[in-house]
Amino acid sequence: MLELALKGSKRYYGWIAGLLAVIGVGFGCYLWQLSFGLGITGMSRDVSWGFYIAQFTFLVGVAASAVMLVLPYYLHHYKAFGRITILGEFLAVSSVTMCVLFIVVDLGQPMRLLNVMLYPTPNSVLFWDMIVLNGYLFLNIIIGWQVLQGERNGVAPPKWVKTLIYISIPWAVSIHTVTAFLYCGLPGRGFWLTAILAPRFLASAFAAGPAFLILLCLLVRKLTKFDPGKEQIQTLAKIVTYGIILNVFFFLCEVFVVFYSKIPEHMDHMIYLFKGLHGHGVLVPWMWTSIALMVFSIILLVNPFTRQKEGILLVACLCVFFGTWIDKGLGMISGGFVPSPLHYVNEYVPTAPEIAITIGVYATGFLVLTLLFKIATSVKEELEGV
Amino acid sequence: MENSRRTFLKIAGISALGLSAKPVLDAFALDIDMLNKKINAAPKNGALTAKRWGMVIDTRKLETEEALKPMIEVCHKIHNVPVHENKRHEIKWIWEEGFKHAFPDLEHEYVNERVEHLPFLVLCNHCKDAPCVRACPTKATFKQADGIVAMDFHRCIGCRFCMAACPYGSRSFNFRDPRPFIAEINKKYPTRMRGVVEKCNFCSERLDEGLQPACVEASNGALVFGDLENPESEVRQLLKTNYTIRRKVALGTGPSVYYIV
Ligand code: SF4
Ligand code: SF4
Repeated sequence: MLELALKGSKRYYGWIAGLLAVIGVGFGCYLWQLSFGLGITGMSRDVSWGFYIAQFTFLVGVAASAVMLVLPYYLHHYKAFGRITILGEFLAVSSVTMCVLFIVVDLGQPMRLLNVMLYPTPNSVLFWDMIVLNGYLFLNIIIGWQVLQGERNGVAPPKWVKTLIYISIPWAVSIHTVTAFLYCGLPGRGFWLTAILAPRFLASAFAAGPAFLILLCLLVRKLTKFDPGKEQIQTLAKIVTYGIILNVFFFLCEVFVVFYSKIPEHMDHMIYLFKGLHGHGVLVPWMWTSIALMVFSIILLVNPFTRQKEGILLVACLCVFFGTWIDKGLGMISGGFVPSPLHYVNEYVPTAPEIAITIGVYATGFLVLTLLFKIATSVKEELEGV
Repeated sequence: MENSRRTFLKIAGISALGLSAKPVLDAFALDIDMLNKKINAAPKNGALTAKRWGMVIDTRKLETEEALKPMIEVCHKIHNVPVHENKRHEIKWIWEEGFKHAFPDLEHEYVNERVEHLPFLVLCNHCKDAPCVRACPTKATFKQADGIVAMDFHRCIGCRFCMAACPYGSRSFNFRDPRPFIAEINKKYPTRMRGVVEKCNFCSERLDEGLQPACVEASNGALVFGDLENPESEVRQLLKTNYTIRRKVALGTGPSVYYIV
C-alpha cells in the first residue's frame, strides 16, 4: 500500500516539499542545539521544562483521542465510525511520533536515551511513560495497517488484530494518565499536585483530538473524493461537546479548591497565570484567550442549530483546538514552575530556535500524517470506485 | 526487630517473585550487583562512614553574607562548578537565601527581625525519601547506603525530571559546556559535560579520604556533619540540645540538613 503515498497531484507534492523545507530548518536548529546545549532555549534553572515538554503533553492527548472512534465502533458497534476509525488511528500514529520526538529534543544527552531501557527503573514515571507511548505507537501502526489492508483486499483482518484493538482502548487512556502522573506526583509543585490532573488531561484530549479530527475530515472531503460522512462528523461533534464541557468543569473544580482553600502553594500558580504575580504575567492574555475560546466553543457546540451547521462547527472546532492548546501547550508546564519552589518569579519565554525546532517537529508529524492519510483516502477512493 | 522483620518480608517476597521471574531478575541482578558494589564497597582505610549522613547549620554563628562566602567558594572551586554570566544557565551547589525563600512555608509578616535578615545557607538536603531519586528514569540519581543522594554524571540523560521533582531547587542543569567557565580546574574532581544535571554530593569524594565536607571544614564550627543514626554523634548531640528547623518538612521528604535558628 505504501506506493499509494507516492502518487499524488502537484499540490500534494508541493505540500510535502514545503513540509520538508520546514523540517530542514528545524533540523538545522536542532543540530545547533546539539552542539551548544539546551542553553539556546528559554529554559532555565527554575523553569527546567518548557515548550517541548508542553507540546509533548498536548499531543499525547491528541493521540489518545483515537479511542473516541475505536470505542464506539468496536465496543458499541456504532457502524458509522467504521468509515473513519482509520483516520483516528493514523492521527494517533503521527501524534505519538511527535511526542517521542519532543521528548528526544528535550533531552540534554539524547545519545544516552537507551539508558532508560538499559537501567530500567520502575519507580520512575518516565520509564512507564516510555513503555506506554511506544506500545501505543506500535499498536496503532499495526492495527491501522492491518485493518486498511483487509479493507482493500475485501477480507476481514486477522483475528489477532481484534485482540490488539481491544487492548488499544484502555491503552489509550493509559498514555494520558501516565503522562499526567509525570507531573501530579511531584511533592513540591502545587499547580500539578491534584488528583484531577489526569481526568482533566483526558477531558481536554477528548475535546482537542476529535475537534482536530473534524477539521481533518472536512479537509479530506475537500481535497479528496472520499467523504468521511456527515453523520460521522456530527457524532464527533457531540464527543467534542462533552469533552470540552468536562474539561471546563474539571478546571472550575480546580479553581474552587485552589481559591476556597487558599493554600498559597496551589494558589500562587493560578494567580500567576491569570492575573500575574509580582508584576510578571506574560501568559495572562493567553490564558484568558484560552478561557474565552473554550467558553465560546461551548456556546456554539451545545446549541444543535449551530453545531449542525458545518461552517460554524468548523469555527467551534478551531476554538476548541486552540483553546486547549494554550491551556496545555503554554500554561500547563511553565505555570507549574512559576513561582519556583523558593518563591522566585522567573518567567519563561521560548526562544526563536526553540520555536523553530518545535515547528520542525510539528512538520515531521504533519508529514507522517499526510502520507498516512494519503494512503488511507486512496484506498477508500479505490473501494468506492470514484 | 521491626527492621529485621521488614527485611525478612522483603527477601521472602523477592524469592517468591524469583521463582516465577528468575530470568528477568537475573537480568536485573547484574545491574543491582554493580550498584551495590559501588555503594557498599568496603570503606577504604580511613574513610569516614555513617548510616545516614546529616548536617546541622548553626545560623547563630553565620550572621552575615560575608560569613557564608568562604563555604560557597570552596565548594564551587573544588567541584569545578562553572560561573555563567547568563542567569538562566546558572549552576550552584550551595548558596545563600533569605528566610522567606529558604523557608517559604514558615515566613510571616511579623517574623523576628534577626531571622528576617539572616542569610541562610542552602544546599541539597540529601532527603531520606528523596523525590529526585524516585523520579530519575536511569538511576543516574541514586541513594547511597550512607544516605547521600549521589549522581552518576555519565549515566544522566538530561531529562530533568529530577529538577521538577526536587522541592528545594537544589539541582542545576548544564545548559551549555561548563568547562570554559571554570576559572581553575581541580583535576581531582570530574568536570561535567553539557546536558547533564548536577548538585551537592556532601563531598562523598572527601569522605572517602577521611576528610569532612569542604564547607564544614571552612565553617569554623558553624556547620557540623555526622551520622544522624548514631546517638553519640555530634550532630545528634546538637539536635538534642537545640531546637532546629528543616525545609518544607510537610512534604515528607525527610531533609537531612537541620538549622539552628
Ligand atoms: S534536596 Fe532535592 S536534590 Fe537533594 S535529595 Fe532532596 S529532592 Fe533530591
Ligand atoms: S536529568 Fe539525569 S539525574 Fe535527572 S532524572 Fe534525568 S537522568 Fe536522572
